[in-house]
Amino acid sequence: MESYALLIAATLNAGTVLALASLGLLINEKAGIVNLGAEGMMLCAAIAGFAAVVHTGSDLLGFAAGIGAGALLALIFGALVIWLNTNQYATGLAVSLFGAGFSAFVGVGYVQQKMPERLQFEIPWLTDIPLLGPALFRQHPLAYLTVLLALALIWFLYRTRAGLVLRSVGESPESAHALGYPVRRIRLLAVVAGGALCGLSGAYISIVYTPLWVEGMVAGKGWIALALTTFATWRPARVLLGAYLFGGVTMLQFHLQGDGVEIPSQFLTMLPYLATIVVLALISTNPQWIRINMPASIGKPFYPGA
Amino acid sequence: MLKLEARPQPSTAWTYGSPLLALVVTVLIGVLLFVALGKDPVAGLRVFFWDPIKSPYALGELTVKATPLLLIALGLAVCFRSNVWNIGAEGQYVLGAIAASGVALMADKGSSSWIVLPVLLAGVLGGMFWAGITAWLRDRFNANEILVSLMLVYVAVMLLSFMVSGPWKDPQGYNFPQSRTFDAATRIPRLFAGSRVSVGIFIALAGVACVWVFLFRTRAGFAQQVGGLAPAAARYAGFSSRRTLWVALLISGGMAGLAGALEVAGPIGQLTPYVPAGYGFAAIIVAYVGRLHPVGMVLSAVLMSMFYIGGELAQSRLGMPRSLTGVFQGLLLFTLLACDTLVNYRVRWAK
Repeated sequence: MESYALLIAATLNAGTVLALASLGLLINEKAGIVNLGAEGMMLCAAIAGFAAVVHTGSDLLGFAAGIGAGALLALIFGALVIWLNTNQYATGLAVSLFGAGFSAFVGVGYVQQKMPERLQFEIPWLTDIPLLGPALFRQHPLAYLTVLLALALIWFLYRTRAGLVLRSVGESPESAHALGYPVRRIRLLAVVAGGALCGLSGAYISIVYTPLWVEGMVAGKGWIALALTTFATWRPARVLLGAYLFGGVTMLQFHLQGDGVEIPSQFLTMLPYLATIVVLALISTNPQWIRINMPASIGKPFYPGA
Repeated sequence: MLKLEARPQPSTAWTYGSPLLALVVTVLIGVLLFVALGKDPVAGLRVFFWDPIKSPYALGELTVKATPLLLIALGLAVCFRSNVWNIGAEGQYVLGAIAASGVALMADKGSSSWIVLPVLLAGVLGGMFWAGITAWLRDRFNANEILVSLMLVYVAVMLLSFMVSGPWKDPQGYNFPQSRTFDAATRIPRLFAGSRVSVGIFIALAGVACVWVFLFRTRAGFAQQVGGLAPAAARYAGFSSRRTLWVALLISGGMAGLAGALEVAGPIGQLTPYVPAGYGFAAIIVAYVGRLHPVGMVLSAVLMSMFYIGGELAQSRLGMPRSLTGVFQGLLLFTLLACDTLVNYRVRWAK
């Protein structure tokens, strides 16, 4: 039983990485922009966050550096896509390729570096509850903030005027423009906010999830986060749920390896990627279902007056 | 304020000028980067643009790296022109390498050198199979080909890791995860003594001709591109979008698999975990910088090969990380996309 509590704890930890990035990408996509650069932004944020912690010893500054790195790359992406009308897919790919190269380049000197002693977080009293304590109440504070963030995003998107405007920009930029909303500025804000969250997720990876720096350490989590928005049919609550589900799949492999299951480790490592493919196929089978839920202008450029 | 004004027609001059301008901008940023890091920018320019072409041997190495890039990019160009977003060429390349190795490992001392043909064929089929999974999931389940093809890269790399550390591990390999060195008979024939250039370059150049004919001189190739440019028109003309999807993915998967086969049976000579060298991703940039045109991609493949060799030389001679290559590749794609704005827009100064 104790090992299941640990599995749940590890699942929440891995799910937090995916949830942060995927919620960020959801904000982008609600405004009509797909950013395939998630992986690259997360890699740059991971090294920025790691380097900041190594040099300053402060986790908070590390997260800030990660957010900054993600937002900066997203700003470049947004400027190209929104003001120069470049192809969203190609530009996102450029962010991912550049991010992979640049993070490896900058990170060479950090490969063997160690961060200051990691703190063990726990919520007093609650942590002593048998099973539930170790399963739920020994997470990094960001893990709980992520849940709050998802709730805040639901409130923002569906209960505020600004959220309505954001969604209208994603559904029909022409109408939003006709009503006098600055479509491109709103899209840029959404892109930068999404980049900041991807950055926070990247920094969480190198500071909390696996506290070290290795080239390419994000290992496809940015792409899985992209798939999650489709899986969740663009609903924040389902994004959160999906993130924990995939976090669980990621952690299951270690659990199975620990249990001495006779499967070569490579096949277990494949699991999250295979699961993503299978889930994507299942959820996309009904094109009607996707079309109803998907922001209508996703992937399409908008230039006022054209 | 600067304003963009749509051109009535895309500018032909900028279609060709934009990659050159992008290269100039990338080089300028590179020079600034070298200065900022306290390195001699002239030495930097030399390792990237002069050393790779200064001797026959260097030119040979340039060709060795340009060959897989060109082959993969040719297939991707067909895909991108058909509006099929296959970004998992790296995985198809790896599967091609695995399948080719399967045949190559069957060879022994008595094998005739004709075994090279089945080795290459296996590579093509391996790549096609991997791309076919993406096509099938898109066709049957409407699953996004960008995400599926990319996820399959990770799966392919894990499969490779399993093969070389499990069933195909060399028993005399000091426990390194790699296959035994392939028998000499499977080696792709080389063109000259003392250089690693093989007949692969001729295969790639034949590929250039075939793709050119396919795209610009056949009805099937035309149908592919109409599907990409104007899906509604393609439907009206009776061109099947499912066919477009399958053809695009099978061609690009086959080309990437062929590149993988040429690589394991050529310069590498065994299956190792180092087979995926990022060529599948770099080829995306090759395809765009070459304007998705077969001839243009010959030039951009050579350029990208210079980036690879320049990165290696910058590491050994200037003490810089080899990942410099990736930085410049990414920068080139960024600047190209920005410069491409000039193809469709005029920049005007407006108050």
